Amino acid sequence: MVTPKSPAPFAKSIRRRRARDRVIESLLLLAGLVAVFTTLAIVWILVAEALPFFSHVPLADFLTDTMWTPLFAEPRYGILPLVAGTLVTTFVALALAIPAGTIIAIYLSEFASHRVRESVKPALEMLGAVPTVVYGYFALVMVTPFLQKLLPGLPGFNMLSAGLVIGIMIVPYVASVSEDAMRAVPNYMREGSYAMGATRLQTATRVVVPGALSGIAAAYILGISRAVGETMVVAVAAGLQPNLTWNPTESAATITSFIVQVSLGDLPHESIGYQSIFAAGLVLLVITLAFNIVGFALTRRFREAY
Amino acid sequence: MQMQISMPVEAQSLSDAPRGAIAETAPAKACASKLGFWYGNMQALKGLDMEIRDKRVTALIGPSGCGKSTFLRCFNRMHDLTPGTRYEGSIHLYPDDIDLVSRDVDPIEVRMRIGMVFQKPNPFPKSIFENVAYGLRVRGMRARALIEEEVEKALRDAALWDEVKDRLQSSGLSLSGGQQQRLCIARALATNPELLLFDEPTSALDPIATARIEELITALRERVTVLIVTHNMQQAARVSDYTAFMYLGELVEFDATSKLFTNPGRKATEDYITGRYG
Repeated sequence: MVTPKSPAPFAKSIRRRRARDRVIESLLLLAGLVAVFTTLAIVWILVAEALPFFSHVPLADFLTDTMWTPLFAEPRYGILPLVAGTLVTTFVALALAIPAGTIIAIYLSEFASHRVRESVKPALEMLGAVPTVVYGYFALVMVTPFLQKLLPGLPGFNMLSAGLVIGIMIVPYVASVSEDAMRAVPNYMREGSYAMGATRLQTATRVVVPGALSGIAAAYILGISRAVGETMVVAVAAGLQPNLTWNPTESAATITSFIVQVSLGDLPHESIGYQSIFAAGLVLLVITLAFNIVGFALTRRFREAY
Repeated sequence: MQMQISMPVEAQSLSDAPRGAIAETAPAKACASKLGFWYGNMQALKGLDMEIRDKRVTALIGPSGCGKSTFLRCFNRMHDLTPGTRYEGSIHLYPDDIDLVSRDVDPIEVRMRIGMVFQKPNPFPKSIFENVAYGLRVRGMRARALIEEEVEKALRDAALWDEVKDRLQSSGLSLSGGQQQRLCIARALATNPELLLFDEPTSALDPIATARIEELITALRERVTVLIVTHNMQQAARVSDYTAFMYLGELVEFDATSKLFTNPGRKATEDYITGRYG
């Protein structure tokens, strides 16, 4: 051990190191706060702009009226048709994306050879890089005509086709994030299962998937958020007519497609029609939040953390 | 480093018995002959011949990298999970006389009959009950009452029942390291394996937990054949009836534990057990 001649140089370097740590810490905190402030700012804008709207339209009418015609001469402001459109397209999308994404993730994580995984995964992730407007036209000119052969009488604009294509669009997210979660399950868990005489499928479904459940749930929630917020596909392929129906073979508008329709129009900024998009946006935010909370609660209930 | 090997009294007295006396009392449970094993182009095991006696504890010792764990993992075909591995020769399991490493034998079937306990306790992130029931469920057992009965029996056999009987529904991971390892032993015992493999089962445990596992292994000898890999020579001396010393993928010496530790036949064995290398 070398004894320092005087403690001063050490004290100085300690002070300097602490000061540097504090600077870095504050920079990191600042970076984290950017995300928080952005969220708060969005909520604030939505609420602030929606308040004048609700001073014209009673909240009860907004939530119970079955017609959404803000641009008509005699406007009606019932959000239900848009909510129904959003939920129907979302459920159609999830009915496709969750099973397909989960099965792909299980295959890639537990069955595929290293080489297959390393080539399929980037290809899958590339699907997520295709602009959504391309998916919209894919729905309109390929999927809808195909579905019309199976379901004669299907209108050219319909929620089924839009929902299925949103589903295809979010499969890569669900599969990729789920696969990452499953790969993170330590190998000694799999070995323990195999050593008990379990098959690959039993190991995957009884040990790996329950162990990775919180990550898989995060993948589902990401997929749901994407499906709820998806705009271009529904704007192009689902029709833009607000229509209170739970039948996916009909055409309808969603909250997002209404917002984009109005934003692109030339409504004066002070009009109620313009303010209605903020009220609609607020509802969208609440729906996404609700899905997140439910997903979080379910995960806590069923996960098997290792 | 000079290592002192202290022999338990019981083992000392065994060493007085004429060589081979124990061997005659127990029939062979498994027999490896000309067993070779490759990881890709790397040969990890070279022409091993060895008999595992029924209802006895056989220990595998040797320096790191000598192939003892590789040898152990041949018995339940764990290597099949790693691409590019290859077996050679045979391991016959008696009395059925099936060749465990044969291509025609389904590794799942092998693992159904041969249990394994790992170096690091690896209970599943499930309840204590479900951990032990896992093997039964994998085998398609449905009857709730029967499963409960088997789980209790396995937990008793693993000397864990009294500690967990009031909290069978809490997570297996809420247990201490030593309890987790006994849970893993219970999990393996629940399906009545013919042969139980231990891969350095106490290397992650404290001395008290280690002593309990060793007691358990000694007690298990009544009902199951045990093959145990250990780094710890005192442990081999304490728990085993037979010991095999391996070096560089080969079997150097195999004998009754009492004989091997007191009067090794080979210079290399003597050097290793007295701590001259390894």
